[in-house]
Amino acid sequence: MSAALQPKSQPQVHRPVVEAEGLVRTFGARRAVDGVSLSLGGGECLALFGPNGAGKTTLLRLLAGLLAPSAGTCLVGGVALRADGGRAARSRVGLISHASMLYAALSARENVEFAARMYGLRHPADAAMRALKTMRVADRADAPVRSLSRGLQQRVSIARAIVHDPLLLLCDEPYTGLDEVGSAALTEALGERRAHGAALMLVTHNLSEGLALATHAAIMRRGRFVRYEERGAVDGPSYASAYRELVTADV
Amino acid sequence: MTTPDIRAAHAQAQSARTEAAKGRPALVDGWIIAAAIAVIAAYVRAIWFTPAEATQGLAQKIYYLHLPAALNAYLAFGVVFVTSIVYLWLRDERADRVAESSAEVGLLFTTVVLTTGPIWGKPIWGTWWTWDARLTLTLFLWFIYAGYVVLRGAIPEPAQRARYSAVLGILGALLIPFIHMSVYLFRTLHPMPIVLKPDRPSLPPEMLHTLLFSFLAFVLVYFALVRARYRLSIERARAAELEAALEGGR
Amino acid sequence: MSDPTFRDTTLTGATPRESESPVLPGLLAATWLIASKDLAIEFRTRTAFFSALVFALLGLTIFFFAWDPTAVAAIDLAPGVLWVIFTFSGLLGLQRSFGVEQADRAMDALLAAPVEREAIYLGKAVANFLFVVGVQVIAIPAVALFYNVPLGSIWLSLTGIAVLAALGIVAVGTLFSAMAVNTRLAELLLPMLSLPFFVPVVMAAAQTTSRLLAGRPEAEAWPWLRILLGFDLVFVVACAIAFPYTLDE
Repeated sequence: MSAALQPKSQPQVHRPVVEAEGLVRTFGARRAVDGVSLSLGGGECLALFGPNGAGKTTLLRLLAGLLAPSAGTCLVGGVALRADGGRAARSRVGLISHASMLYAALSARENVEFAARMYGLRHPADAAMRALKTMRVADRADAPVRSLSRGLQQRVSIARAIVHDPLLLLCDEPYTGLDEVGSAALTEALGERRAHGAALMLVTHNLSEGLALATHAAIMRRGRFVRYEERGAVDGPSYASAYRELVTADV
Repeated sequence: MTTPDIRAAHAQAQSARTEAAKGRPALVDGWIIAAAIAVIAAYVRAIWFTPAEATQGLAQKIYYLHLPAALNAYLAFGVVFVTSIVYLWLRDERADRVAESSAEVGLLFTTVVLTTGPIWGKPIWGTWWTWDARLTLTLFLWFIYAGYVVLRGAIPEPAQRARYSAVLGILGALLIPFIHMSVYLFRTLHPMPIVLKPDRPSLPPEMLHTLLFSFLAFVLVYFALVRARYRLSIERARAAELEAALEGGR
Repeated sequence: MSDPTFRDTTLTGATPRESESPVLPGLLAATWLIASKDLAIEFRTRTAFFSALVFALLGLTIFFFAWDPTAVAAIDLAPGVLWVIFTFSGLLGLQRSFGVEQADRAMDALLAAPVEREAIYLGKAVANFLFVVGVQVIAIPAVALFYNVPLGSIWLSLTGIAVLAALGIVAVGTLFSAMAVNTRLAELLLPMLSLPFFVPVVMAAAQTTSRLLAGRPEAEAWPWLRILLGFDLVFVVACAIAFPYTLDE
């Protein structure tokens, strides 16, 4: 559960950023998430793979506070998911998706400042510029978002997600639609977040991109984790073939 | 799922769909038959065994259809209101099914009221339509019911459909008093053309009994139709579930 | 968050101070944040406002040419026309209200933010209110101009009526806009669901305007205003409460 990636003189034990126990989410009779437990510390990255409909997006939406769990408990940054109407937990989480979640008519700066204000930051303008600088889009800060390329939009979207320095960063297929340059920038940004002690959960179909950042890897199927291991224990090619087998087993 | 399983599931879904589509045999049951008999009895009584009203003549007999339908339309709406609240509180899909059934039956009854009103009114008032308080309120009820049914038709996902319908059901009920107040105020301040408006004159006992009988017959019809519609929606839900399971299993 | 329980460093590596820790916006603050965001978007594009305005003016024009001045006096026609056009141009503004959140799934970001759900509804309602009132600021003088009715003589009361009427249709329309945008028949459903609710508002506004314009004593208009006030009160509260139920949670 150690968080720091830089060597420290006194190794400090940190509490896990997210602790989930038996999370369930049903839609009518369908159990989209069927008893998921996980524990992730700061500086760790869980790469989550699985076929379509496995429940990966639902799990992320549960952790982001967009959905309420049907059963189970979860702590994010030490607070219960539903405490204070969910506001306390949501303030500690950042969400990145393949959709940019930006307002096309507003500028990058306005989008990120809006987010900064919604998260109650004391100096929203400064925080926004810092986030944009971190994502290397500060020079295009005042252009309307619709005039930016998809790769740049994604960077603005990440800036929006990290402006409040979240403890937990949830990424739902963020590489979708990005070219090589964009993907490299995304990987660099996520790695930097991890280095700053955030916990990451990364849902992706791309095994190599996911494993590049991961400290842990899991495969989800029918709402459950069918495999969960540390990155070190994962051997690329055999993992890939095991994954392929699991995905095609249902057909 | 293995291939034989898939085939079996397909067959099951297909038969559930067919049942739902044919609407038989479970739907025409004892209640429907009893209701049909009651309604026929009520009309036989109304037409042949009740004296004709002095000033209005035969046309007045449609009143025995018009008033009970109106009262039951409001009853149906009350049920939609209550089940909407229950659904949002308990999230029990049965409440949603009752609401759905009651709304469709209510729409039917409201249509009956709006069509029989003019048929009654023309020979008596000399005009097809009059904005009298009850008819206007029923018209708005029709609008809300129609909106409710169209809303439901536009949402494929069951939980979302139930939530949205429940919200509309509750807000619609809140609207009714305001419509009533507005129409009442409108009418008292707007002298309408003087029409011979035959409110219910003191009804002789035979007419009152017929009216009551008719009303009870309609309540029976309401209950039977809602019950049938409820079972139809269960069949449909089951079929949809099976199809969804097929999709998910792939 | 720089809580050392969970990790060592922060975004900038700057030393976190107690006074710097975020203060989550309360209901009013979040409402205003969302409203100003919506207004900023509207100012940037201006298309919706302009369309609603043009629609209103066109509507007034069409009604004018459909009117036989020898049969009906302007002073009898104008209030009805004014408030009917108000309703339909208001619908145009309401249509786009949640549409802006659908593009790029911006609604997810709003829902993921640590603000109360009701703030999303109230923020959008405030923005819609200002939109509708903005159109009225131009449409009402236009009615006075086109139909040659002395609306200026009752401008104070008319402002009050416009505010109350706008509040009523925005309260209901914002909620239905949130619902309709998630269905298959969005453009059809919003008017179909909203218009029955707009009727008491339009009735009260038109009847009041007509009486005041005819120089009738204010006491006659008061019952209608009471209905309008009651409507606003009931539906602003009811719709704000109902909004979280429309979310999938």
